[in-house]
Amino acid sequence: MSISIQTTRHWKKRPLIQRASLRWTLGLGAAFYLALALGTTDVNWNRVWEGLPRGTQFVTAFFPPDFANRWDEIVDGISESLWMTVVSTVVGIAISIPVGIGAARNIAPAPVYYFCRSILTVSRSFQEVILAIFFVKLFGFGPFAGVVTLSFATIGFYGKLLAEDIEDMDAAQAEAVRATGASWLQWINFGVQPQVMPRMIGLGLYRLDINFRESAVLGIVGGGGIGATLNTSFERYEFDSAAAIVLVIIAIVMLAEYSSGYLRRWVQ
Amino acid sequence: MMSVVVKGGLKIWQRRDRNAQLAIWVSWLAATALFVYCFQLISEKTIWAFVWDAPAQAGDLAARMVPPDWGLIRHLARPIWDTINIATLGTVIAVILAVPVAYCAARNTTPSVTLVRPVALFIIVASRSINSLIWALMLVTIVGPGVFAGIIAIGLRSIGFCAKLLYEAIEEIDEGQVEAVRATGATGAQVSVYGIVPQVLPAFAGISVFRWDINIRESTVLGLVGAGGIGLELNAAITQLHWTQVSLMLLVIIGTVIVSEWVSAKVRHAII
Repeated sequence: MSISIQTTRHWKKRPLIQRASLRWTLGLGAAFYLALALGTTDVNWNRVWEGLPRGTQFVTAFFPPDFANRWDEIVDGISESLWMTVVSTVVGIAISIPVGIGAARNIAPAPVYYFCRSILTVSRSFQEVILAIFFVKLFGFGPFAGVVTLSFATIGFYGKLLAEDIEDMDAAQAEAVRATGASWLQWINFGVQPQVMPRMIGLGLYRLDINFRESAVLGIVGGGGIGATLNTSFERYEFDSAAAIVLVIIAIVMLAEYSSGYLRRWVQ
Repeated sequence: MMSVVVKGGLKIWQRRDRNAQLAIWVSWLAATALFVYCFQLISEKTIWAFVWDAPAQAGDLAARMVPPDWGLIRHLARPIWDTINIATLGTVIAVILAVPVAYCAARNTTPSVTLVRPVALFIIVASRSINSLIWALMLVTIVGPGVFAGIIAIGLRSIGFCAKLLYEAIEEIDEGQVEAVRATGATGAQVSVYGIVPQVLPAFAGISVFRWDINIRESTVLGLVGAGGIGLELNAAITQLHWTQVSLMLLVIIGTVIVSEWVSAKVRHAII
């Protein structure tokens, strides 16, 4: 930026988008879209207004939440969610390792690469709940459908990140291991795995966290876990029990977040 | 870390020494035991006959889903427009609310580390740990079914995500620039506007677009609990067993998700 000496000219902040035409088009487009979206979204303000007392009722239900009344159901649901989380994360990661290795461009041959990439794309396209609806249809109600759903979703997430991590690795180290005459498995084990391991452990813990959060909603469509209990308590307007469940979920997620942060520091 | 074991005058290289190896084996054992235990518990609640039957069921379902009922596509324009609106307006709300939260949560801009920062961090965790479907469930009972509940649900769910990434970006700024602006005699607000905002603006735009992309995916299911969008139609079609309609909706959802992912990748690429 040049310093101007003329006093009539003022310095102005540089805009985020340099091209003025693009900036104006985007701005006008956004304004037009917002007007259109807000115009076509019909909100029943009377219903909202009527619901507000219920909203305050819900907020007051948090002080204090009712842990006692539905305690057995809460414990059942939460522990089922936790088992589902563990099993699906382990199964999902176990399957995603070969898929992820196959989807890394630098170590997989082209046919394998495209095959594995398409598995990852399919797995990532659908929201977990949509998958759960179908798996519940196939495997029946209960936690097994939830486990299959979460494992499937884990493959897409973990496999993609693993593949990207392998693509970013330092080729020289892998080359050095190969030069010692290592077999393919030894090459993966000593040349590739140590390079991606620290990050992948962190991501595994992160996925554990995500799977727990997702397992809390699969119950709404019959996939087991705490979601069914939560849904029922909402439908019965037992807001104080619902508040208790929500608080338990928040507490577990917070606990998981802190301990995974601690574990990650310990691993690295 | 590496160690060498002497066995009968022969030196053998090992990757880890004995204690480290032992510790790793013990943790593997514990993890395996935990996994088997959990699987056992799930297995007890599973009717295995249904599971073995699943491939046949899947074949049957697939046969019922082709061909997709293309005639319905005209009726899907409105639901998909609603879905996109839920995602976009929800993201707008979230981004607007996330800015002050992030400002309070970042160590270098927060008004008070002991009082304000923990509150902001709690807001972030609470918003992040509750799935948007649960938010929608609550909001449908409060404000009634419809698009409005969906928008608020997506907004509330996204505050935490946006604020978390944004406050991390704020904490990573170059203090030198802030110092330089302050040295010109700028007020607190001016320091923010000229010293901090330009540094985090690209990250901010990137985060918003990234979250918008996630929200498109999330908003496709909000209809299952009555919060509007294509999920409402999907749920109706599934309960009425109109499988050819279901397959069309799934195709529309995949299409929307792929387009939004492409847009988001393009925009983020242009920014970074």
